[in-house]
Amino acid sequence: MAAINRDDVAHLARLAHIEMSAEELDRMAVELAVIVDSVKSVSEAAGEDVPATSHPIPLTNVFREDVVGHTFTAEQALSGAPDAFENRFKVPAILDED
Amino acid sequence: MTELKNELIRHSAADLAAKLAAREVTAVEVTQAHLDRIADVDGQVNAFLHVNSEEALAVAAEVDAARAAGGSAAEELHALAGVPIAVKDLIVTIGQPTTAGSKILEGWHSPYDATVVKKLRAAKMPILGKTNLDEFAMGSSTEHSAYGPTRNPWDLDRIPGGSGGGSAAAVAAFEAPLALGTDTGGSIRQPGAVTGTVGVKPTYGAVSRYGAIAMASSLDQIGPVSRTVLDSALLQEVIGGHDPFDSTSLTDPFNNLVAAARVGNVAGMKIGIIKELHGEGYQTGVENRFNESLQLLKDAGAEIVEVSCPNLKYALGAYYLIMPSEVSSNLAKFDGVRFGLRVLPKDGPMTIERVMGATRAAGFGDEVKRRIILGTYALSAGYYDAYYGSAQKVRTLIQRDFDAAFAQADVLISPTAPTTAFKLGEKLDDPLAMYLNDVATIPANMAGIPGLSLPGGLADEDGLPVGIQLLAPAREDARLYRVGAVLESILEEKWGGPILAKAPDLKNAVLGAVSNTAGGSN
Repeated sequence: MAAINRDDVAHLARLAHIEMSAEELDRMAVELAVIVDSVKSVSEAAGEDVPATSHPIPLTNVFREDVVGHTFTAEQALSGAPDAFENRFKVPAILDED
Repeated sequence: MTELKNELIRHSAADLAAKLAAREVTAVEVTQAHLDRIADVDGQVNAFLHVNSEEALAVAAEVDAARAAGGSAAEELHALAGVPIAVKDLIVTIGQPTTAGSKILEGWHSPYDATVVKKLRAAKMPILGKTNLDEFAMGSSTEHSAYGPTRNPWDLDRIPGGSGGGSAAAVAAFEAPLALGTDTGGSIRQPGAVTGTVGVKPTYGAVSRYGAIAMASSLDQIGPVSRTVLDSALLQEVIGGHDPFDSTSLTDPFNNLVAAARVGNVAGMKIGIIKELHGEGYQTGVENRFNESLQLLKDAGAEIVEVSCPNLKYALGAYYLIMPSEVSSNLAKFDGVRFGLRVLPKDGPMTIERVMGATRAAGFGDEVKRRIILGTYALSAGYYDAYYGSAQKVRTLIQRDFDAAFAQADVLISPTAPTTAFKLGEKLDDPLAMYLNDVATIPANMAGIPGLSLPGGLADEDGLPVGIQLLAPAREDARLYRVGAVLESILEEKWGGPILAKAPDLKNAVLGAVSNTAGGSN
């Protein structure tokens, strides 16, 4: 497996929507390289025939009755929003102008 | 009165419940005694991010009124009614801020209660406040809290463990008889170990996680924090049970826990030492206390066997792929739109993407960023199979190892953490060294099985608490309480009282070099 480098970290930070300074990228790249190196052995631990476990105690078909239960009022739902307008979340522009 | 208060805060929850029922004390007295203790010592310990005095006293007064009224009002009270409790600040509460130890949620109030909080309210247990934690429960020392570290009541220059260092320290410092924690890789058990308290991670699904801010959904579990094994059993019975609001919640009843804690013998039980979870890498004093507990259990009639779980050597690595993968997804919701912080970029076009980038850069601390980036990496195209896919297979191997081990033993035993409490700052610049602290606790989360940590004594070399961990098969939480209570009673007989009687007096303690920052109080 390839090692993780500074360019990778910059790309991942963009994907994860976290702005990072040059200094932060430098530091994060070094720290993550150590961590990635230490977890490498995991890819060699299990053979093809071992099934994956996603949940430790799997449950299937967890349904409830199709009736309306408790719902938030618009006021409650918006109570922690940084900005709201006429019962809606207010956000800056979704798209670039150009 | 001061004498009485000092005595009151030292009682277990079970004893307080008995005194309340016998009307020897009032719930208001008990709650006020703990609030006074918080006022006295929390400036040094920093276990609480928010103190909920008014509501706690109001609930206590309701309990006292019901008892005074007698009749059905008194009879309907829960056994723990009036016994106060602290809640980890990862669990949402109406009427108090919930910060998750992060700047991104500073001052945020949840519009709903977590299911466990509803259950505390139904039992009329006064909620004393919200306890400190590593940001979003990511850490083993509480040093990653955006509101300053919590300090270990045994030595204020040392870590109280993490992420639930606030809950463990609050209980160890007699600021609360009980607390709630969350455990994703050891965040209840490891703080229990290093503070000389009891902490339990129940079976995955035994306690609803609805209202616990998710870190890694396939690993997270809410559980009890206390000073005695019986108290944890009492608390797990309050908070456990099926909840339709959590689709991973089990329908099995878990109502035999208190009874198990009262069985009082381990004769004929098989207790398995996990070969891979002691010895090399474990501090001498930890190993010594562990061996001593084994001998005591043997003397009490248990059969000690050795079991091997060879795939546990991959557990830490697999955990550091699965957990950050789930973190990167769960924390995507902190985007500056629906709740919490919003930070605008300093210049350039004001688009929502750039607002998210600036908000998350300012709102998250280093460890949270590290894990989000690591998880984004593990899930990215080209690496998914090698990392996340392989880690999920390791999870199967770990479950198989435990299945084989439990075919030979009723419960398994190991030290909870490889070392006693380390110094604040000691591992802050070395993430990997910090991660290694959870090597013995992570396997239980990977397999979904329950685990309990209880005090095993003090290490010879530093006089600090050592934790003993018990593990049981899924849904067999009762076995932990049975064995844990027996070991606790044998050890306390040997020590001549509870381990916390040996902890230093906080009133005479002085603060060390690390500055103490005030939490998100509002």
